[in-house]
Amino acid sequence: MLKRIAPQLIALAALMALVTLFFPGFLNISVNDGRLVGPVIDVLKRGAPVALLSIGMTLVIATRGIDLSVGTTMAICGAVAAWAIAGGMGLVPALLVALAAGVLAGLWNGVLVAVVGIQPFVATLILMTMGRGIAQLITEGRILTFTDPDFAFFGSGSFLRLPVPAWLWLLAGLGVTLLMRRTALGLLIEAIGINRRASALAGVNATVLLIAVYVASGLCAALAGIVVTADIRGADANNAGLWLELDAILAVVIGGNSLLGGRFSIIASLLGAMIIQTIDTGVLLARFPPEYNLVIKAVLVLIILVLQSPRIAAEWRVWRDTRREPKPVAGAQT
Amino acid sequence: MNTRALPLYATIAIFLIAYLLCWLQFPNILSTRVIGNLLTDNAYLGIVAVGMTMVILSGGIDLSVGSVIAFSGVFIAVILRDTSLHPLVVFAVLLILTTAFGAAMGFLIDRLAMPAFIVTLAGMFLARGAAYMLSINSVPIQHPFYETLQKAYWLMPGKGRLTLIGVVMLLTVLAGMIIAHKTRFGASVYALGGGEATARLMGVRQGRTTVLVYAFSGLMAGLSGIVFSIYTGSGYSLATVGTELTAIAAVVIGGTLLSGGAGYMFGTLVGVLTMGLIQTYIVFDGTLSSWWTKIVIGILLLVFILLQKGLLTLSRARLAGGAA
Repeated sequence: MLKRIAPQLIALAALMALVTLFFPGFLNISVNDGRLVGPVIDVLKRGAPVALLSIGMTLVIATRGIDLSVGTTMAICGAVAAWAIAGGMGLVPALLVALAAGVLAGLWNGVLVAVVGIQPFVATLILMTMGRGIAQLITEGRILTFTDPDFAFFGSGSFLRLPVPAWLWLLAGLGVTLLMRRTALGLLIEAIGINRRASALAGVNATVLLIAVYVASGLCAALAGIVVTADIRGADANNAGLWLELDAILAVVIGGNSLLGGRFSIIASLLGAMIIQTIDTGVLLARFPPEYNLVIKAVLVLIILVLQSPRIAAEWRVWRDTRREPKPVAGAQT
Repeated sequence: MNTRALPLYATIAIFLIAYLLCWLQFPNILSTRVIGNLLTDNAYLGIVAVGMTMVILSGGIDLSVGSVIAFSGVFIAVILRDTSLHPLVVFAVLLILTTAFGAAMGFLIDRLAMPAFIVTLAGMFLARGAAYMLSINSVPIQHPFYETLQKAYWLMPGKGRLTLIGVVMLLTVLAGMIIAHKTRFGASVYALGGGEATARLMGVRQGRTTVLVYAFSGLMAGLSGIVFSIYTGSGYSLATVGTELTAIAAVVIGGTLLSGGAGYMFGTLVGVLTMGLIQTYIVFDGTLSSWWTKIVIGILLLVFILLQKGLLTLSRARLAGGAA
């Protein structure tokens, strides 16, 4: 387990050290107004949407799929939630309606992938293209704002000294990991990703599981949408979750999960999400001009990916073995 | 009839029917003025879609093109502002740059055995970031040569203007068709998209083909950036965000399989024009909101994919029947 997430932990630690080098106060945490305050806490909070998305994305990618629609699903769910709250529906119904919208989006994707048999990339591209249009239909092209403090709690509140968004992704990650690893679900999902036909022949109900995985991704997107909407107290159909699907996929890949499906680790994906957020926050804190953000991010991501590349790992092993070669030979002779 | 070409025929048929429906409501839509504008407005998209078609035919994907177009615009604008180089020289330097950028991504994809999706995603960040570093403001291009380019057009019968960039787009599609369907490189691309193992056994040089495919896409993105800068007369680092996905959608609507190995370059042109037609219709109508464009394009995507899926099942059933 620890060996599996070691590369991500090392990368995260190295990044934090790097950021501390440029911004010495990075690791400072203080208590203010009964809540923890500090750059690290900020990373936990701001990384919440991508972390939530990466949970669902990990499962989808484990089945050899991909979900491009999560960013727009966020916008739809945020718009639905804001519409419900602004319409005076109350907190619980608004949350339920938003989650239901996420389930619906996931069902749509899941049916297209599992039943109709469309490639995940194209199937989810359809909703990605349409989704912002749908969100704008709901908000009627405006930014829907609301003032409900209970709903805003999900974006900017804090519980037991930690920001609520951080709790949300920590608990969701823990819950889904337990569900996957304490039951056979995780194994079955990996089986589908390695070979869908073989797993179906072995008795796994691949169709239902695939749909369920996309629904889970839709639910995660709904949660992320609620967090973002609650944070700014308004639904922005144009910008909510814009391009976050790419960050989520990146988080999963930095987490060492293969885009070709099979074995997965949600914890590693969450670490990946934190790595991305640490880069984003770190570049800002280190006072680099903001226009350098993307280039620094791209270079760091490339370095992490190259170091994780299967080819590099294989070549490193060959190189190491050739250096050690004399020893085992000597041992075999004695 | 060739079953492989069925998606292409379907695409063309749907485009013609859609045009007919638009014409019944707005007879003016058939004028050469509208057609000329359709070509001009979608010139940059058509060019970048040619590169995307090649990448998708090879079984890959290139997410970096939208950022590369934006980078090209800013690069041209900043160089023209700060130096006295002739635009043609700048164009040449830019095309070399973007082609090398594409080739580098292809090299990484091949050598590191990393998914194209992730490598070109990093490329997308890098190109956009480079554009930011050059300038975060919109930089106007003021050069007499640019004015000549912008004003260059041929008058079609009916006073429609066939602009230079429209012609460049059509020529690019033509070149793409020749490369994809008539050259050894094109055959290698199709083979690679059909299956890597089979392609290797056929003697396709996999590494070289991969690098060339992404270099070609980079070249097209650079050319598209030049055309876009002529179209808008400026360079802006926030321009053409998400163009890669529009281009992919155009390629899919054009009947190319996203899994690679099957499709036609000409279909991509029809796909681009279909998307342009939807936008033109919404402008003509005047009451529909712009977000309907996205919804209609999404529905079109779905229809085309279902159509392809049906045709594929049909041809497979026929194959199975023939074997039995």
